[in-house]
Amino acid sequence: MTVMEQRGAYRPTPPPAWQPRTDPAPLLPDAEPYRVLGTEAAGQADPDLLRTLYARLVSGRRYNAQATALTKQGRLAVYPSSTGQEACEVAAALALEERDWLFPSYRDTLAVVARGVDPVEALTLLRGDWHTGYDPYEHRVAPLSTPLATQLPHAVGLAHAARLKGDDVVALAMVGDGGTSEGDFHEALNFAAVWQAPVVFLVQNNGFAISVPLAKQTAAPSLAHKAVGYGMPGRLVDGNDAAAVHEVLSDAVRHARAGGGPTLVEAVTYRVEAHTNADDATRYRGDAEVETWRRHDPIDLLQRELTERGLLDEDGVRAAREDAETMAADLRARMNQDPRLDPMDLFAHVYAEPTPQLREQRDLLRAELAAEAESGAAEGGHR
Amino acid sequence: MTTVAAKPATMAQALTRALRDAMAADPGVHVLGEDVGALGGVFRVTDGLAAEFGEDRCTDTPLAEAGILGTAVGMAMYGLRPVVEMQFDAFAYPAFEQVVSHVTKMRNRTRGKMPLPLTIRVPYGGGIGGVEHHSDSSEAYYMATPGLHVVTPATVADAYGLLRASIASDDPVVFLEPKRLYWSKDAWNPQEPAPVEPIGRAVVRRPGRSATLITYGPSLVVCMEAAEAARAEGWDLEVVDLRSLVPFDDETVCASVRRTGRAVVVHESGSFGGPGGEIAARVTERCFHHLEAPVLRVAGFDIPYPPPMLERHHLPGVDRILDAVGRLQWEAES
Repeated sequence: MTVMEQRGAYRPTPPPAWQPRTDPAPLLPDAEPYRVLGTEAAGQADPDLLRTLYARLVSGRRYNAQATALTKQGRLAVYPSSTGQEACEVAAALALEERDWLFPSYRDTLAVVARGVDPVEALTLLRGDWHTGYDPYEHRVAPLSTPLATQLPHAVGLAHAARLKGDDVVALAMVGDGGTSEGDFHEALNFAAVWQAPVVFLVQNNGFAISVPLAKQTAAPSLAHKAVGYGMPGRLVDGNDAAAVHEVLSDAVRHARAGGGPTLVEAVTYRVEAHTNADDATRYRGDAEVETWRRHDPIDLLQRELTERGLLDEDGVRAAREDAETMAADLRARMNQDPRLDPMDLFAHVYAEPTPQLREQRDLLRAELAAEAESGAAEGGHR
Repeated sequence: MTTVAAKPATMAQALTRALRDAMAADPGVHVLGEDVGALGGVFRVTDGLAAEFGEDRCTDTPLAEAGILGTAVGMAMYGLRPVVEMQFDAFAYPAFEQVVSHVTKMRNRTRGKMPLPLTIRVPYGGGIGGVEHHSDSSEAYYMATPGLHVVTPATVADAYGLLRASIASDDPVVFLEPKRLYWSKDAWNPQEPAPVEPIGRAVVRRPGRSATLITYGPSLVVCMEAAEAARAEGWDLEVVDLRSLVPFDDETVCASVRRTGRAVVVHESGSFGGPGGEIAARVTERCFHHLEAPVLRVAGFDIPYPPPMLERHHLPGVDRILDAVGRLQWEAES
């Protein structure tokens, strides 16, 4: 008998009282990504929300372009652009209340900015003057996480702690398609489901983990299907449809806040640019594919809807673009100023109190800096 | 106030008491880990905590070390003081990415805005007849990671005092519990359970003049035994218990070595790249002109932890320590 023929024998015989804990059927995602724009559901969407989303998408697109330009000027070490994915970024942030928390991954600068973080502070990690430029508590945004999926259990723990304290806070944790293969993804989802923690996991499936396509990443029917195995609902949404992303995430946030537990949302989108400015995307994908996705652009989709419904005219489009230009000009101007660095900061935040060993090393650096300053002064102030 | 006589207590009992007192003193202290609830931990260190404080304060988690530590990070972000149990040294490795990428760096990444006051309890070391993956000494990994305090008690009183200090610390602490000392007993007064020691101070357990044994955790008992045995040979050994590997107490260690002029570092973990190399280098740098002999290391062999029936050959014992002391080549004591 082959292993495959034996398969049925592996199934444990349930004791008489055995019941499946959760009926899997309601947890399953729809077969097709949920869409609002261009469908009848669009009529239900709040016009003010759609206009806000539009303005943020246009601004986000400009931010991506500006940040990419800054890498070419040497002002940023690297920038992972979210061009084409702006709808996920913006709608995710806007689905949260002020008291909620965002746990972003490294590509999620736009979501961070949409939470109210200063655009320059959101870029310090990528500029290289410090790791996290913003105070996580000010806008309830965790540091941008570079290791994949490791921030997901943090979101679970924070949401769990908030609930233990009686606060109706929801944590939104963002991860990419590649991140779903990591062990921390599994552990976070499992903890969240077992604890019924008020967490929403948003997978931005943009097609590639650097160069590896989704087909080589997973054999699952969809990434949203992974939810079922943990006992939480999985939702599949068109990640380029800002209205749909906002609706699905808002539902999931409401569900979590009401004590319903976590949800896994897969937003199907596409990374139009390369992984970062350092990547050559032509090595692993063709122009035709990129073009197909460019025709399904999140800004175009929303602009068409707004225009058709008479909610946006040429003046409105121009106003959104002008606001985006103002933002970009301000970002450019401020990023072109050299950041002020204090080398002594190297020792300031390792421990609450530096260890004796760090105090010695701090004294060494201080002496080196003093000697540098002195020799600089001796050479007429030039370094 | 009536005085309660000191009674023998085990290190495990002192640790339980420390957890209980910390939880009673601060509602933000939460214990989480695999089996910490109804079972009270496989070593019973969390015994009774779930019953006393409820399952929200002492939580049985799914079996997933990265998840245990990762969620504890999020809890600490929200103002709680989690104490996680890693059950066995080698079981903690799946959580190592959380340790090095997040736990140790969160304060630094956020310029001090987001400190993580959490304690990672790791039962470590051998000598209990455990099978593979149950006896590792993993302290060198933690020592090499800036942003952590690394603490290990060797006495019942220190188990209490140092665990309280670790939980009270605003920085993450890896609290290494020497497994084979869990059931060792000291006279201990549960009414006044020892002062809470600040982290980072070594202590001279036994004064002596001939040489200094520098040790910590499970090896302290062996060193004390070796020091007693050495008396027969006319050697008067001083024994320093480090208690804290990070921060390191250069002052106490070097004061001792300057007095004795000779030093042997003793620990279970491997020699190459192990804590002893760092300690020997520090002592040499600071006490070179006081040294009568090179600083020696008596450590576990540089092998994967051996099967239990062979572990006695691997662990530093009294004879191996006395041989090293002999190699210090001193002139006969007058």
